[in-house]
Amino acid sequence: MIRGEQIPEELGRYALLAVALLYLVGLVALPLVVVFIEAFAHGIGSYVAALLDPYALAAMRLTLLTAAIVVPLNVLFGIAAAWAIAKFEFRGKNALITAIDLPFAVSPVISGLIYVLMFGAQGWFGPWLMAHGVRIIFAVPGIVLATTFVTVPFVARELIPLMQTQGNDEELTALSLGASGWQTFWLVTLPNIRWGLLYGVLLCNARAMGEFGAVSVVSGHIRGLTNTLPLHIEILHSEYNYVGAFASASILALLALVTLLAKTLLERRHPELRAGVTARA
Amino acid sequence: MLPLPLAPSAASPGASPGTAPGTSRSRRRVRMLPGFGLTMGYTLLYVSLIVLIPLSAAFLRSAELGPARFWHVVTEPRVLASLRLSFGAALLAAALNGVFGFIIAWALTRQRFPGRRLFDAIIDLPFALPTAVAGIALTSLYAPNGWIGQLLLPMGIRVAYTPLGIVVALAFVSLPFVVRTLQPVLGDLDREVERAAETLGASTLQSFRWVVLPSIWPTLLTGVALGFSRAVGEYGSVIFIAGNIPMVSEIAPLMIMTKLEQYQYAQATAIAVVMLLASFALMFGINGLQLWAQRRRRRR
Repeated sequence: MIRGEQIPEELGRYALLAVALLYLVGLVALPLVVVFIEAFAHGIGSYVAALLDPYALAAMRLTLLTAAIVVPLNVLFGIAAAWAIAKFEFRGKNALITAIDLPFAVSPVISGLIYVLMFGAQGWFGPWLMAHGVRIIFAVPGIVLATTFVTVPFVARELIPLMQTQGNDEELTALSLGASGWQTFWLVTLPNIRWGLLYGVLLCNARAMGEFGAVSVVSGHIRGLTNTLPLHIEILHSEYNYVGAFASASILALLALVTLLAKTLLERRHPELRAGVTARA
Repeated sequence: MLPLPLAPSAASPGASPGTAPGTSRSRRRVRMLPGFGLTMGYTLLYVSLIVLIPLSAAFLRSAELGPARFWHVVTEPRVLASLRLSFGAALLAAALNGVFGFIIAWALTRQRFPGRRLFDAIIDLPFALPTAVAGIALTSLYAPNGWIGQLLLPMGIRVAYTPLGIVVALAFVSLPFVVRTLQPVLGDLDREVERAAETLGASTLQSFRWVVLPSIWPTLLTGVALGFSRAVGEYGSVIFIAGNIPMVSEIAPLMIMTKLEQYQYAQATAIAVVMLLASFALMFGINGLQLWAQRRRRRR
């Protein structure tokens, strides 16, 4: 069927496509490119020097340390929560899922503020902590706590739908064949959820290493001591040290690219993983 | 012949989830999975210690202010301006993504073009890229001497260090929510119906207006609401590009930060509570929207 509007319609199609791609390039692709261009603006020498700066190295170390504590904590929690929620029926299940989701709905700054209200000098436990010489706020424990709060939902929200669709049949078979509860978990459940777990860990880690607002409130910005990599970027940027700021930013951008690549590959092999965290994160 | 009580088939049909505290009589014979007490106990402890008790601190501490002072704090002109800006800019950014995110989702699910997979993967970049990195990158791009800022300046459009810059940063962080919510639904939509409409003489535009839009509308709204709720509390990407001028380009999370730096904890907490209440209301609204969208889709 040949129709008069066929050609204008084709044109409209291409115009819409162009609008979509322009929006994506201007808003998402170019910011990524500009990070690397700015980082190398004064050559590779100043790029390397900026990364080898003792404060930059200290910030990287703290960021790695924080993620190394926070990710295992939330993995353990995510597995426990998914086991309880996906494998059993109980009242109040939806309320529990909502509680796990809460950190997604809270502004990062407020995520830091609530820990200041608990452990800060004027906080609930502040005077007691002070009397016993324990520092949480403006110290590493506060950074770990705030980061943990922000990343609570990632692993759990990935595993819950996955374990729900897998059901209990395989576990019940293992038990009926004489396996213990732990054996069932290690030999049956864990292999079944390993890709979902990896997916959750990737996203949890990316957020843990990149968290800015929550950490900014509790850190105190002490260079070399309580500065994470994102906070280091802010300080350098406010001092007009753009090469330094973008050099550090390029490390985090690389982390984001690796995360995206691994995520895309995982999704291609296991499309069911998409149903989890990304729907809410 | 007795059915094996431990066999999976005995447990699977109705009671496939392990059935913890229940009432069914057959349950006595069907062995439960172990570990409910341990995992449930740990989950409740963890959620209480990390999430619920700290969050309740915000509400309890702001209650110490008393209603009159609370009201006074949150209606202070500078605070009110920051709240209006945060909500207004987030709404604008979410609406912008409602339009462009829809076009992007349509292009990615319905069109074939070179680099489509790359563009599809890049949608998730705002999830993975730390907000501080996004903030400095967008600032450098949209500053008057930046790649895009340069092009806009002759038209008299300034983006960086103005409220418009805030909208750009918020559009960046909330884009994936709209696109990722729409994509699966646009992909599932029965194209036969659209084709039928077109064979009956409807133009593409008409088939979009009368066939596609009605069935996708609840999903679009869900995506926009998700994007809005992500954008409203955003801090990291905004503070670099905003300029942070009081009454003009100062967002509410920054206002909280400023109050904290001045040791005005109660005031900071009061602003936080206003934002928390709005976020929780949004969360319940979104859950409702999602249910509505699912039910609509199932009916079709």
